[in-house]
Amino acid sequence: MVKINDFVLRFANVNGTGSASANSLFAKAIFRMGIPMAPKNIFPSNIQGLPTWYEVRVSEKGYMGRREGIDLMVCVNPQSMLQDVKSVKTGGFFMYDSTKPIHHEYLRDDINYLGIPLMAMCSDNYTDPRQRQLFKNIIYVGALAQLLHIEFGVIEQLLKEQFAGKEKLIAPNLKAINLGMEYAAQNFVQDLGFRCERRNLIGDKILVTGNSSCGLGAVYAGATVCAWYPITPSTSVAEAFEEYAEELRVDEATGENNFAIVQAEDELAAIGMVIGANWNGARAFTATSGPGVSLMQEFLGLAYFAEVPAVLVDVQRTGPSTGMPTRTQQSDIFISAYASHGDTKQVCLFPSTPKECFEMTADAFDLAEVLQTPVILLTDLDLGMNDHISEPYEWKEDRKFKRGKVLTADQLDSMEKFGRYLDVDGDGIPYRTYPGTHPNKGAFFTRGTSRDEYATYTEDGNIYKLNMDRLTTKWNTAKEMVPAPEFYQKQNQSSMGLIFFGTSNHSSEEAMDLFEQNGLMFDALRIKAFPFAPSISDFISSHDKIFVIEQNRDAQMRSLLILELEVNPSKLVPILNYDGMPITADHIIKHVTPHLAAVHN
Amino acid sequence: MTYIRPAFHHPDLPLNEIGFTRKEYEGALSTLCAGCGHDSISAGIIQACYDLNIQPHHVAKLSGIGCSSKTPAYFLGNSHGFNSVHGRMPSVATGAYLANRDMIYFGVSGDGDTASIGMGQFVHAIRRNLNMVYIVMNNGCYGLTKGQDSATADEGSKSKSGSVNPFQAIDLASLALELGATYVAQSFSGDKRQLIPLIKAAVAHKGFAFINVISPCVTFNNNVGSTKSYDYVREHIEATGTVDFVPIMSEIKTDYNEGDHQQVTMHDGSILNLNKLDHSWDPLDRISAANAMLRSREADEILTGLIYVNAEQENLHEILGTSKKPLNKMTEKELLPSNDQLQKINAGLR
Repeated sequence: MVKINDFVLRFANVNGTGSASANSLFAKAIFRMGIPMAPKNIFPSNIQGLPTWYEVRVSEKGYMGRREGIDLMVCVNPQSMLQDVKSVKTGGFFMYDSTKPIHHEYLRDDINYLGIPLMAMCSDNYTDPRQRQLFKNIIYVGALAQLLHIEFGVIEQLLKEQFAGKEKLIAPNLKAINLGMEYAAQNFVQDLGFRCERRNLIGDKILVTGNSSCGLGAVYAGATVCAWYPITPSTSVAEAFEEYAEELRVDEATGENNFAIVQAEDELAAIGMVIGANWNGARAFTATSGPGVSLMQEFLGLAYFAEVPAVLVDVQRTGPSTGMPTRTQQSDIFISAYASHGDTKQVCLFPSTPKECFEMTADAFDLAEVLQTPVILLTDLDLGMNDHISEPYEWKEDRKFKRGKVLTADQLDSMEKFGRYLDVDGDGIPYRTYPGTHPNKGAFFTRGTSRDEYATYTEDGNIYKLNMDRLTTKWNTAKEMVPAPEFYQKQNQSSMGLIFFGTSNHSSEEAMDLFEQNGLMFDALRIKAFPFAPSISDFISSHDKIFVIEQNRDAQMRSLLILELEVNPSKLVPILNYDGMPITADHIIKHVTPHLAAVHN
Repeated sequence: MTYIRPAFHHPDLPLNEIGFTRKEYEGALSTLCAGCGHDSISAGIIQACYDLNIQPHHVAKLSGIGCSSKTPAYFLGNSHGFNSVHGRMPSVATGAYLANRDMIYFGVSGDGDTASIGMGQFVHAIRRNLNMVYIVMNNGCYGLTKGQDSATADEGSKSKSGSVNPFQAIDLASLALELGATYVAQSFSGDKRQLIPLIKAAVAHKGFAFINVISPCVTFNNNVGSTKSYDYVREHIEATGTVDFVPIMSEIKTDYNEGDHQQVTMHDGSILNLNKLDHSWDPLDRISAANAMLRSREADEILTGLIYVNAEQENLHEILGTSKKPLNKMTEKELLPSNDQLQKINAGLR
């Protein structure tokens, strides 16, 4: 029986050969046919020459996590061919450039070969050397379209959109598509056992990266200052902010920018600028990855203690140290949650989808200003740099920026004495003033040294302690303000639970679904923020065993739950993935299952 | 604290043109050592701001860590201050300046804070031509950790404990000049007459104004053999001339001998009158200024006065094309795109 809309296809390319646009053309065509699909770019820390892969999972059921087992491998990279041949699952297909005969060591009995003379076809049909290189990629897209029933009209439309303004490029691209389709029609079996079929499963969803969504979120949040230092995989957050700001934030009358972007000399300077700008009343943010967060530690402590808002987008990658800079991980939880020396606690947000990247970036600015503290948005390379099918962006028309407790000149005039660190309202959040507010009221000295409620330097231990305790009060206030966890059931129905966060969501949901098909029910909770809301505590205490699914070696979120909620550690079973690839449902099931046997015995 | 400053204000204290007494530009009582050069510099800032009729709340004062970085608490008590982390004042100042281009920014730093831990940020603040006054209170040592040599300590200079510094000094004024600072001055904390006009002109300058002020550390680096002691500096100072700062709209009254003075018109229209004693270089010419600095170092002289000024270079906001209205004054009206625009973006992603 032919499987409809249920397969994994992987492209093996050489970095820098124009394969990226061909591969995304393939993915987008499936998206346009209304079929759920999830692309993953698996790329090297390199600009040109090293192997790069692009994987597309097509799933009628809407499973958007990765899946093990490749049904069809398109290999146009001799460097990685041996590895690529091995990665095809039994019964699967291997498409390759057959201009030269394939070496016998690449031959397996249990898979099928689809040889296309890509190089020869390009040489015959194109004269320009660059085109000969580029159109190899388009020809295999054509062959795939034929074999997988991808609609020609959809591809044609996408090419028209892609080359709007450069129309003369459309015809040679369409020619390459046709060359591929014809070759496949004439030379291959037409039934691979899997194919696409138009559906209406996408609705009004969008296809976008998390980084782009964070950049747009910052524009809608009213961020005016962005200071950043280039680092993979976060660079495209700042780039997206710049692109959207240039589109949406240039004053029409004057041509002036209602934003300022500075590429800093390093991450220390980037966060320093963010703190300086926020202190002076502008909404400012930076984007970085693990190594940058390490460098920003001292400043994050200053912002925590001096109570200056700051927003930091951490697009996590595989650590420690330089680690695998182009692979994903969720391993900056400790360094973020307790960033800097001394007693510190930092507000963290954990988005799972591009829409949440957009919303939570905007929320981060509100929280940072309302709580007068740094807010760290922890996304990761998978979410940040890969396209994801997401609910569309939404912005409530009447939503205003929450600027927090900021005193105006009039308010200063009507009060007896301004105390910058005075807990007037009992929520631990004091009132602040921007520089330049009032000629002789409201000025104070911001410092990382201890100070009294009126911002005057002090080394009085009791006053220091009072201030630290107020910061704890503020932390408790934050618990009620941060995004609440998401529950996947109306009411608890199992003694076993799953806890996950960030990009483990898709595979966790898929695993839950597959378990349920086998009669095993789990309750599930997705953490969206630190500090932990009280409902997380309740969830843990109302289940006997909880699997904490995360993408790092040290079970950092599990440890944080144990530390902060004083949970019995034996109750929380770590399910970990840390090979740099996005976690799969297979992996979760494989590692949860042995514990289930123990429960049943 | 052993000192208590009387709250009493003399009713007849003179007011400046905007109605403030000099006292209203003062800060908390200094906790630095008696006789510290830094306190004289603070007094110079106070006097300059009083004379220039600056609204105290239109100033923000920022610093890093160290004795020098404590001083913003001791001047301009009606201005917001930010004592940040060691060596990182330039980045905090950059952010503050990005948020509000209309304020006056005083960055105060020391030789450890600028020439060692903060060298990277110092260099890049110059490169971006922030509109700020950057004062280094340079005493050649780490005062707050009890007198270790800093990177500006001169080679061969003897510390209080008798050890001789074997390393070459970093000359911050020459470095600033080399990096393209648009206003470079050097002075001595004991020379108020020269320092105050230099500070005033630095405020009027619409770019990065750097003033390296030799400021002896009375406790750890004022001994015989030190090249940052009061005695040594007084003996080796080579005053290049006096500077008069004539604010915008003021009448120029001073008379100068033809050939001895040079006028520099600042961006805001105020005038800098240089009464030159030394004719060997032109402060409007970077190369001649750099040569003069090198020559004075070779001769073990400390060249003071206005070394270089370029009033034309674009500052950071001009380079970035930022709105004239300060970014921190903007609301949803200027900053929030419409929902229609968001729907268009959604449509483009389908």
